[in-house]
Amino acid sequence: MARITLDNLAHSYMANPASEADFALKELNYDWEDGEAYALLGASGCGKSTLLNIISGLLMPSQGRILFDGKDVTHAPTAERNIAQVFQFPVVYDTMTVQDNLAFPLRNRGRDEAYVAERVQEIARMIGMEDMLRKKARGLGADAKQKISLGRGMVRKDVNALLFDEPLTVIDPHMKWELRTQLKKLHHDFGHTMIYVTHDQTEALTFADKVVVMYDGRVVQIGTPEELFERPEHTFVGYFIGSPGMNVIPAKVEGRMAYVNGAEVALSSRYAPLSGKVEIGVRPEFVRLSESEGLPVKIRRIEDAGRHKIIRAECFGQDINIISGEDDPVRADMTRVTFDAAKVNVYANDWRVAPTEGEAA
Amino acid sequence: MQQKTTNQKAWFLVLPVLILVAFSAVIPLMTVVNYSVQDTFGNNQFFWAGLEWFEEMLSDERMWNALQRQLMFSGIILAIEIPLGIFVALNMPKSGFWSSFCLVVMSLPLLIPWNVVGTIWQIFGRVDIGLLGHTLEALGINYNYTQNTVSAWITIIVMDVWHWTSLVALLAFAGLKSIPDAYYQAARIDQASRWKVFRFIELPKMMGVLMIAILLRFMDSFMIYTEPFVVTGGGPGNATTLLSIDLVKMALGQFDLGPAAAFSLMYFLVILLISWVFYTVMVNLDKKGL
Repeated sequence: MARITLDNLAHSYMANPASEADFALKELNYDWEDGEAYALLGASGCGKSTLLNIISGLLMPSQGRILFDGKDVTHAPTAERNIAQVFQFPVVYDTMTVQDNLAFPLRNRGRDEAYVAERVQEIARMIGMEDMLRKKARGLGADAKQKISLGRGMVRKDVNALLFDEPLTVIDPHMKWELRTQLKKLHHDFGHTMIYVTHDQTEALTFADKVVVMYDGRVVQIGTPEELFERPEHTFVGYFIGSPGMNVIPAKVEGRMAYVNGAEVALSSRYAPLSGKVEIGVRPEFVRLSESEGLPVKIRRIEDAGRHKIIRAECFGQDINIISGEDDPVRADMTRVTFDAAKVNVYANDWRVAPTEGEAA
Repeated sequence: MQQKTTNQKAWFLVLPVLILVAFSAVIPLMTVVNYSVQDTFGNNQFFWAGLEWFEEMLSDERMWNALQRQLMFSGIILAIEIPLGIFVALNMPKSGFWSSFCLVVMSLPLLIPWNVVGTIWQIFGRVDIGLLGHTLEALGINYNYTQNTVSAWITIIVMDVWHWTSLVALLAFAGLKSIPDAYYQAARIDQASRWKVFRFIELPKMMGVLMIAILLRFMDSFMIYTEPFVVTGGGPGNATTLLSIDLVKMALGQFDLGPAAAFSLMYFLVILLISWVFYTVMVNLDKKGL
């Protein structure tokens, strides 16, 4: 187990990257704390897998260094880094039995057979394949194969980190829950540093202590699920996390007041004058329908999600979503919305702006 | 219950195929069968001979010797071409200009007509004017494929290896290219040695195409005629007289139509039998999960 430090790390798949746009992974400095569970969250193609492959040593970064417990491993081969990684699509050794598959990483490292047999039994129990150990891996279904891949990743106890690259994509929903719970338990029991790549926010938020949100090759925010929810650092985080995502509305901000098309919206604190594209962001959870105060809206559709209602509306020609309680009334005369001032964030050029004073806790 | 419609006229739709197959395969084969059970003394007069020719051929050492040489030839070239082809494929550049370049260069021997391949090696190996033959001679090595059995064998084997290893390499390369990167990455994570990567990832993934390569090379080499005929003419003596060379000698050289027909039918059955055994074993291995 180790602390993993990324120092000025960046990567481009081109030989001579000219501009920042050529980088698949833009410059990044970060410490992955020993023993924490991280989720790397982002849309497809945002550089998640690139970052993962750099950490595991499958890819050499174009610039920067990577350190394990302070030791530079930037150019060390995968084997030396002692990392376990599970891939999106199941990788099993077809001609081997399930048992041999699980034992493979241990045998390659010359562990004695008694230890190997014991670990294989343990892992087989964990992934629920004890009765299939003697079967050839070839004939198994996709989710059984992926369980073997997961098992192979977990079979070594002494790994520096466990990396997962969207490992549950091919697994059916019921099994997903079970395996994710197993992974959490594993993390709890053994305290491995785990990095889990996914594009599924539920998966990320339930698995990780800290979620790293990536967008277009850049890490836009690293934080606890709560921080991502309450204070998205970038409008992308706002959109991407939450269902539906944060409402982002163009506005003018002056002091403690924001103006949307001339209409006033109160803020909880004071902001310095802003330039560029200024927007306010507020999550649907903190928007209320009202009869008399706030911005005028036109309700277009109401979706009943069971425990709450999602109201799709329009505000000055812009889409706005509102989440209201199952029993909250929605009446025809409710044509305005108000925001919970403490939960409104201000963005300039997509990045969150910290207020100059009086920020609400 | 719904009544099934019956329309026997649909059979007419398969008629064109039947006619085609009849003319291309069934009728010629039946002609051979016809020859194999009759004897003729010319004048287009035929007499019923029953299984006489088959019995004669089976007790004839000449056919057994040719079969033995044939099996040896096919065995040797398979033993060389398959591993060599895999080796070449493993060492080819996986992508980019040099990959395409290798593919084109390797396809070249496959595009040369058999006849020309034979002629190339016939001249190449000649002691008086051939580059190979003359060089070996100058080095003091006793090499003369027209007089020396070993030289003749080495020549036709090297020629076949030169001509056909590319095919195995191309098939193996196609098999290798279809392996997703994740397999190699996982192997690196698992710290698998180069040999284990080959044994547990590359070889199993190539198995399908390799089986096709083996079957193709076996059938082709078992029926080989042109190249050795052009180079050695079956000699020295009968040293390189393979089955089809022997067959042509018998049928067209000596005009022994009956025995030759019996011979070719047995030849055909042997190929059919071996291919069938091969195929069955393959399918069973596949079912058992190798």
